[in-house]
Amino acid sequence: MTHPATRRSDDHENGVGLPRLLWVPAALAFLLIALPVVGLVLRADWLRMPALLLSASALDALRLSLQTAAISTALCVVLGGPLAVVLARGRVRGLRVLRSVVLLPLVLPPVVGGLALLFLLGRTGLVGRGLDVVFGITIPYTTAAVVLAQTFVALPFLVVTLEGALRTAGRRYEAVAATLGAAPWLAFRRVTVPLVLPGLASGAVLAFARCLGEFGATIAFAGSLQGTTRTLPLLVYLERETDVDAAVALSLLLVVVAVVVIAVARPRPAEGLR
Amino acid sequence: MKVRAIATAAAALLLAGCGGGSASEPEQRTLTVFAAASLTEVFTALEPRFEQAHPGVDVVFGFAGSSTLAQQIVNGAPADLFASANTETMQTVVDAGLAEGEPTVFATNVLQIVTPAGNPAGITSFADLARPDLQVVVCAPQVPCGSAVERIEQASGVALSPVSEEPDVKSVLAKVATGNADAGLAYATDVHAAGDDVQGIAFPEAEQAVNDYPIAVIADAQAGDPARAFQELVTGAEGRAALSAAGFGGS
Repeated sequence: MTHPATRRSDDHENGVGLPRLLWVPAALAFLLIALPVVGLVLRADWLRMPALLLSASALDALRLSLQTAAISTALCVVLGGPLAVVLARGRVRGLRVLRSVVLLPLVLPPVVGGLALLFLLGRTGLVGRGLDVVFGITIPYTTAAVVLAQTFVALPFLVVTLEGALRTAGRRYEAVAATLGAAPWLAFRRVTVPLVLPGLASGAVLAFARCLGEFGATIAFAGSLQGTTRTLPLLVYLERETDVDAAVALSLLLVVVAVVVIAVARPRPAEGLR
Repeated sequence: MKVRAIATAAAALLLAGCGGGSASEPEQRTLTVFAAASLTEVFTALEPRFEQAHPGVDVVFGFAGSSTLAQQIVNGAPADLFASANTETMQTVVDAGLAEGEPTVFATNVLQIVTPAGNPAGITSFADLARPDLQVVVCAPQVPCGSAVERIEQASGVALSPVSEEPDVKSVLAKVATGNADAGLAYATDVHAAGDDVQGIAFPEAEQAVNDYPIAVIADAQAGDPARAFQELVTGAEGRAALSAAGFGGS
């Protein structure tokens, strides 16, 4: 056993009854999520499905979506992981304010997030103007812009999940490691990281799923061009105008990709969050 | 259709019930007008004028994308009058047998080149948009403003390589207004409505892709007479003046 799972066994097996009353709202909540997807499945034109999904524009969008979501998730882990550690373990004033800033992308309408990125990194933006004049670099309309938009909206999912895992894990093991002579970096690497690995995995899966579905910030900041910036959600929105069947088919493709990712990564949020 | 029939029957019962009480009071009626989003300003401006001339009629608007509205009408939405931003969507209503007579084209809309205020890139013609140093945004071919771009490209032989194909005109304008594109293509009325952040440039090739705006009274409309009266207002001198002030072309 590489991580402490001592509390897992006393959930259901010990026979502490689940109040019956909870089943009703629980079932309603499940149906609220599941039934619209059923509606999508019923509306799908299964005969045209293969042709719709194998079109050049659909394949380009799928490839772009998977690539950008993977890169963005990696960025979330590399940048958001340390941020979560600082938020959970740091002893600095103002951490509370810092945390509420980190949560902003959850509150902001994604389109506004995209505009904010545009005002910062666009050609006339605070930083973007310098990049344009000095290096001749333009960020909007590039795949990099898609990745930035996705990372912006997905970061809080990773940070919040991981911070929760870190707080739950507590500092006891690290303290013990320290008394045994481990330097902070060694204790972090050998104790903290393995301890919160499941939490990190859940956070990464959440972030990946959010990246996959990202629309508003991408269209506002990166634009929409086949093969460069037009991810699956952008293509769905566009196809909806002329070919609802294509939009439904692509949406189902998104659903399948998300389900596969979640199944493969098998996050155990119970371990990470409690 | 069924929903519509039931709604009509229910409304008729309701009206009959209300009308019985006081015969002297003018009958209060609601005129429901479904119109393309680009007509919002013009139609809203015509509303007080119409209600003054037709006491007892309350005009209610549903503004949205033409295709959305057409779908709603075909699925039984209780509209009395429908003004669409293109003939294809109006045709879906006609094909469903829901238009009273032939739709009338009452306005046109053409694409304009739109640049940030002051036209910093010095664009003067459609061919300029193909300059490799320019970042140009257009609508995607799937939406009407994008199919218009395609038609103009084919007719003029000028091929554009846009940096982005946006899902609607407003996104094109947003990219241009914030200075993140050197130029774009948008409808004259949208350029007009966007204000001083952008500058519109009319170009002759736009005539290759003129968008017609048809209007039609819905068959068996609850408020058929007011609907016909509103249509006359829109197609009459007053309507034409309001439309042209908003950047629309004459029919």
